[in-house]
Amino acid sequence: MNTRMLTYTKLDSPVHRLTGFTKLVFFIIWSVTAMITYDTRCLLAMLLIGLAAFRLSKVPFRDYSFVLYLILFFFALNHLAIFIFSPLEGVRIYGTQHDIFHIAGRYTVTWEQLFYQLNIALKYTAVIPMALLFLLTTDPSEFAASLSKVGVNYRIAYSVSIALRYIPDIQRDYQNISFSAQARGLDISRKEKLPRRIKNMISILMPLILTSVERIEKISAAMELRGFGHKPSRTWYKSRPFNMLDYAALLLIVVIGVVTAMVTFYDGSRFYNPFG
Amino acid sequence: MKTPVIEFVDFTFQYHAQSRPTLHKINLTINEGEKVLIVGPSGSGKSTLAHCMNGLIPFFYTGEMSGSMKIKGKELKDQSIAGLSDTVGTVLQDPDGQFVGLTVAEDMVFKLENDAVPQAEMSDRLAAAARRVDIERYLESSPHALSGGQKQKTTLGGVLVNDVGILLFDEPLASLDPYTGNRTIELIDRIHQETGKTVVIIEHRLEEVLHRSVDRIIVVRDGQVAADLTAADLLSSNILVETGIREPLYLTALKYAGCSITPEMHPEHVDTIRLGSCIPRLQEWYKSLDNSPEQPDYPAVLELRDISFGYEKNKPILHQISLRIGQGEIVCIAGRNGAGKSTISKLICGFYRPSAGTILLNGRDIRSDSIKERADRIGFVMQNPNHMLSKTLIYDEVALGLKLRGVPEEVIRERVHEVLKVCGLYAFRSWPVSALSYGQKKRVTIASILVLSPEIIILDEPTAGQDYRHYNEMMEFLVTLNRQGITIVLITHDMHLMLEYAQRTIVLSEGIKIADDSPVRILSNSEVVEAAHLKMTSVHDLALRAGVDQPEEFVSRFIAYDRGIRGQ
Repeated sequence: MNTRMLTYTKLDSPVHRLTGFTKLVFFIIWSVTAMITYDTRCLLAMLLIGLAAFRLSKVPFRDYSFVLYLILFFFALNHLAIFIFSPLEGVRIYGTQHDIFHIAGRYTVTWEQLFYQLNIALKYTAVIPMALLFLLTTDPSEFAASLSKVGVNYRIAYSVSIALRYIPDIQRDYQNISFSAQARGLDISRKEKLPRRIKNMISILMPLILTSVERIEKISAAMELRGFGHKPSRTWYKSRPFNMLDYAALLLIVVIGVVTAMVTFYDGSRFYNPFG
Repeated sequence: MKTPVIEFVDFTFQYHAQSRPTLHKINLTINEGEKVLIVGPSGSGKSTLAHCMNGLIPFFYTGEMSGSMKIKGKELKDQSIAGLSDTVGTVLQDPDGQFVGLTVAEDMVFKLENDAVPQAEMSDRLAAAARRVDIERYLESSPHALSGGQKQKTTLGGVLVNDVGILLFDEPLASLDPYTGNRTIELIDRIHQETGKTVVIIEHRLEEVLHRSVDRIIVVRDGQVAADLTAADLLSSNILVETGIREPLYLTALKYAGCSITPEMHPEHVDTIRLGSCIPRLQEWYKSLDNSPEQPDYPAVLELRDISFGYEKNKPILHQISLRIGQGEIVCIAGRNGAGKSTISKLICGFYRPSAGTILLNGRDIRSDSIKERADRIGFVMQNPNHMLSKTLIYDEVALGLKLRGVPEEVIRERVHEVLKVCGLYAFRSWPVSALSYGQKKRVTIASILVLSPEIIILDEPTAGQDYRHYNEMMEFLVTLNRQGITIVLITHDMHLMLEYAQRTIVLSEGIKIADDSPVRILSNSEVVEAAHLKMTSVHDLALRAGVDQPEEFVSRFIAYDRGIRGQ
């Protein structure tokens, strides 16, 4: 099992020193901005800032390499799909058509399409580093604290963090259950035909669900015994006070958001058009 | 002046799902600053009693209540779980299932966070509690990475951050090895003496708790208080035997030798009991017994040669382990948590593949056999039966393995009925699995393995969490199977189990085999006992105090004699 997949590691860097709240707010505004704009200049700037932040965080490559490859794979798949389903989307958006070469039928490669897909690629590459960075540098306990700070009810915020906490335990249960099932002859590998395989899977899921329900009952009793949920608010051991860095980061994201919006909507269209 | 802090008056409680009250007319008072032990077999109602003290009953587990139950003078029904948590601090069994924090520090302050205590004050109170339970060095560790004893300290620390008056321990020894169990009892005792808090311990392992003195012992039986006595008075009576709670082993030995136990002897502890005229009696009894027989040599059925394994590269769990299991033997594999004992069984069953070494079954290398092929010869019974049960009906559950192997329906029926009879489950064959008790479920899992007629059965902690009666039933059942020629491998740190039932014990420590000998000799070897977190038995200590020249032989003869009596 790859247990080091996208987990938080304690490091000392300016990014790690930011509070979870700052990072959460930064990440939300950043993603919304990147989703809205198709302005190539803004996206390029954001990509550069994102990469710089990554550099600043000192997170080693192996901590996220697997996920990155996975994302790149789907990224490539997505681009292929866009072209297959609407090869002339760029032409429709930019209103001109500059052909490069013709493949077959309605499939023609145009500069407009290439430019459109470049913008989409930029969107991904602007958001992905930030998403990874958020996950890799935010202490999960602080995550719950910051969710509650942005206004999420602390009971829900805590449930999220506790669910994350129990994933490894449930994985372990699953492994034990599947081992014992395999020993009794339940085959869930590809050697078995699909309907049979699904049936066998259900045989494994039943005990998994039951043991998970048991777990939940136990943990919720333990939490109630320690006074969880009886007050309208709670304090967080891991929450940290704001410092200059946080204000600076929040200021930066507001500037990025505003500037991007202004540049994007200056000429009344979300698309930056170099063909016109 | 004694101030009562917990008072039950004619208290009756019935769970909504039950047809009879679990607690019936309980009258019980616990005073401030007392240290009280509550014992009782499974199903006696002792856990229900504990749940009434912390408010889980009636606010989490609902039911009908009558009579009165007061905590610090306030009626239970007028309170809430959260309100009570300021008065009663509960340490539940199985610390693993209740950690909420990602680090020890966060887990310990959980109660304070919920009470919205400001951060600065939280740190101070955390530091004080951590010092008290001696866990300061691990505050930033993940609770799951800790040893059993440290986990227990963390949960206790999480209760001590808040200034509660009553500490309630619900089976604190259940998941601990004997050595760590002793340390926990010492810790509880120290906290009790330093803070003067009221301490209530619910446990069925009486001898282990009595490692440190308690003020009173309350025996619960069938939902009623069967006795409320000092330890000395209780141990001198017959109540424990009648209730089905195991009395300390040294007292059993003394009784066999014909001594009667009186409170004046101070029978609470083997080191302090006044033996007097019992010494010659013990010696005479010892001489009157036959020599314990030498173990015969068993032909090897399963052999591991130089097995090494690690889940991650550069982190080996097992180093060049070689061992052999004889045909028809009962062997224990012991060792502290993380020593690699469960990993060995997973390698034998083929769940993982060793990085080096060979596994031989009847002389044939089985490394290339699949999990399913191995399962036809070697059965594996997991510790938690709920991990194995996937069908609704008992018959279907037991028949599953055969059905998947394409055995004809008539043969299956015959085979399943036969196995259910052996397991004493025939009468329940058309029952739903969910209607069974924990011990019965465990039996169903064993039956579902037996039906495949394996030569070897490996059981992971077969008696964990079971009281004396169920322990006895389970083990006598395994002995019957063994007599029919099935080889049995037990993974356990239960010393009674290995002493009483195993012919041989293999001890692992940090992935290395450090001992392979008869259980009696292993438990007399202080180095091995320490490395494996075991404990010498009190019978051994008794033999030393009685001046018996060969204490090991004394233990062997005692065990043989005791087995003879209990087997009847």
